[in-house]
Amino acid sequence: MTTLAIRGGGVIDPANSIDAIADVLIVDGRIAAVDADAGKDSSEVIDARGLVVSPGFVDIHCHLRQPGFEHKETIATGTLAAARGGFTTVCAMPNTEPPIDSAAAVEFILRTAQIEGVVRVLPIACVTRGRAGRELAELAELAGAGAVAFSDDGSPVADAHLMRRALEYAGMLGVPVIDHCEDPALAAGGVMHEGWVSTRLGLKGVPAAAEETMVARNIALADETGSRIHIAHVSTAGSVELIRAAKARGVPVTAEVTPHHLALTHEAVLLGPGEVPGGLTYDTNAKANPPLRTAADAAACVQGLLDGTIDCIATDHAPHATQDKLCEFDAAACGISGLETALALALTVVSLEDIVRALTISPVRALGLDPRIESLGTLSVGAPGDVALIDPDAEWVVEPETFASKGKNTPLAGRTLRGRVVATVYEGRVVWKL
Amino acid sequence: MKDRSERTAATTTLETRESVPWTRRHILDLDDFTRDEIETVMETADAMKEVLGRDVPRVPALRGRTLITLFYEASTRTRASFELAGKALGADVINVAASGSSVEKGESLVDTVRTLQAVGADVLIMRHGSSGAPYLVARHVQASIINAGDGWHAHPTQALLDLYTMRAHLGDLRGRRIVIVGDIAHSRVARSNIWGLSAMGAQVVVCAPPTLLPAGTRVGAGFKPARPQPADVYEQLALPPVEVETNLDRAVEEADVVMALRLQNERMSAGLLPSLREYATLYQLTEERLSRARTGALVMHPGPMNEGIEISPAVASSLQSVIEEQVTNGVAIRMAVLYLLARSRS
Repeated sequence: MTTLAIRGGGVIDPANSIDAIADVLIVDGRIAAVDADAGKDSSEVIDARGLVVSPGFVDIHCHLRQPGFEHKETIATGTLAAARGGFTTVCAMPNTEPPIDSAAAVEFILRTAQIEGVVRVLPIACVTRGRAGRELAELAELAGAGAVAFSDDGSPVADAHLMRRALEYAGMLGVPVIDHCEDPALAAGGVMHEGWVSTRLGLKGVPAAAEETMVARNIALADETGSRIHIAHVSTAGSVELIRAAKARGVPVTAEVTPHHLALTHEAVLLGPGEVPGGLTYDTNAKANPPLRTAADAAACVQGLLDGTIDCIATDHAPHATQDKLCEFDAAACGISGLETALALALTVVSLEDIVRALTISPVRALGLDPRIESLGTLSVGAPGDVALIDPDAEWVVEPETFASKGKNTPLAGRTLRGRVVATVYEGRVVWKL
Repeated sequence: MKDRSERTAATTTLETRESVPWTRRHILDLDDFTRDEIETVMETADAMKEVLGRDVPRVPALRGRTLITLFYEASTRTRASFELAGKALGADVINVAASGSSVEKGESLVDTVRTLQAVGADVLIMRHGSSGAPYLVARHVQASIINAGDGWHAHPTQALLDLYTMRAHLGDLRGRRIVIVGDIAHSRVARSNIWGLSAMGAQVVVCAPPTLLPAGTRVGAGFKPARPQPADVYEQLALPPVEVETNLDRAVEEADVVMALRLQNERMSAGLLPSLREYATLYQLTEERLSRARTGALVMHPGPMNEGIEISPAVASSLQSVIEEQVTNGVAIRMAVLYLLARSRS
């Protein structure tokens, strides 16, 4: 019997409405008790006084790049980055090479994660064969192999008819479909948010409507089919409004938002860090899809998260190699390496209590992960012994070269942030410690 | 007739105002140029124009310097005029042809320019299809960078030669009404001219159908964003205010200058315009329309022209047209900026 006691921390467990100083006792990799002095007889002890103790974070949207893009990230490096960010469960998007559209590919992810992973990896499989958007992947077989959701992330399921059928079929399996909402025609060629900055820089923009028309379509299809749609990385005020109205009508829709869409704006492309000749940075590290949008959009996303319109935070961790970003803005890859800055960046605009909820029980409920892994995202007795220890007041400077992720691509380099994960416990073992 | 020895002596001297400070290392856009800096370029160009009028239009101001032109997009006049300008100043000029993007070639843009620097480039004159490419380059090399056009973003020497041409005919540009008509959305010439003209105190009017205006542009509101206003801290970074007009007849009223922009054929296939015919009907600069402008208003075009589309042949070749003069002035302006950059480096 192995035991680990995390003693004297401020425990926040939204699922159980706990917000108190307590010990967390983990026995044989599972939560055994959360109580004052529960850990007083334990042999292995972590002194958590002055720290916040949260269920391990759950990221339902990240890119681990393996197989196919191991120069950008691997399951090993991505899960270590996750641990550094306080994440003990990550859902890997299937836009790899080959894409995760077969049971064998799902099994490859699970097996590699078992051997090389630092934390739990739950695979998301493709909606369509080869992510090509033309015919359904073998959804039942994928679910049987362990896929927790279906998504062609990186691309939308552009064909409305195919999306309708995907929702009907996935609904039978009780597995949600996650859509990257972007109208391909409206977004064509766009490299950043369409607005005053794109006009200023002479870059082709992606209008907010490119996302909103697709969100509206998906809501209509979820309403029609009664199947659950999950809207990936909401970025516009209009999308928030559409989802709010849909939820009010009882449409089975859930949504996530990234820390960067909560806290950063399209001005980040204009004004990156450091001294730049001519003053314009064209910061490729601030290039993401969906793009960083306006301050009003970000504020609407924060409001949506607080009022429950947006269910949870997901990182959309998108690591890239240096050369993928050290190039012309038009040619640069989209995405931000986000696992290791998620908490601190979100803390710039949202309270710690709200973030803990949005990174633990809420994403678990959004994707329906708890029947698969009992009490995931909670500190309930019997739940996985996954814990994040947070120093909410620690100030630190973002130094991408120190990231565990192979992706050093962040627009936050050099920025001082507050709030840091100081240790991460996965199934009762300390997998990362500052 | 002058004595021959006197002429020879004259070819080695240059009348410029050395007293004016010039510390700029790159010419990336006119967005951060002051009125004084633009005036300095204009006055230096006057001196260069005098050189170009000589029998042997050469001064050795840039002797021993190496200029490399790196063009990722086709160009006739810009490239030729930079090459002539460099040679007139005694520099060694090397043209590097780069067809397609560096990405397609397998070598990154940064690696390409580092190579060119390693072979000895003092000044790199680059044109690139991606907005911001010269800014990326300027971060990674020591050489001076001159932006000869980047995507839809900027073309500062074109704007300088346009300002120089206007100044020659109109003098002070303060309060002058300058109308730019055509594909504003995709025009680096329009953007750089908006900055330069605003710095000189001119009143800029842009005229185009909404599909050829930049995102967020609204009639009556200039380039102010359509929704969420920029925070105050960013306001100064937005493009300067301009008047926006979709009706060319109204736009040209009382204009001092009308500048037509080239219309690219691919705008039709992109669904931005119904037809060339309809565009010409609504937006061609014709004699009838020009008659609404101030008497003697200047007609300009950055070239290459589609006569019969954005400009009628009669207007293009009219007495009011200074289109060829723009090209001629381009050499003097490029000599001026090369000369000034060399001064800041020495």
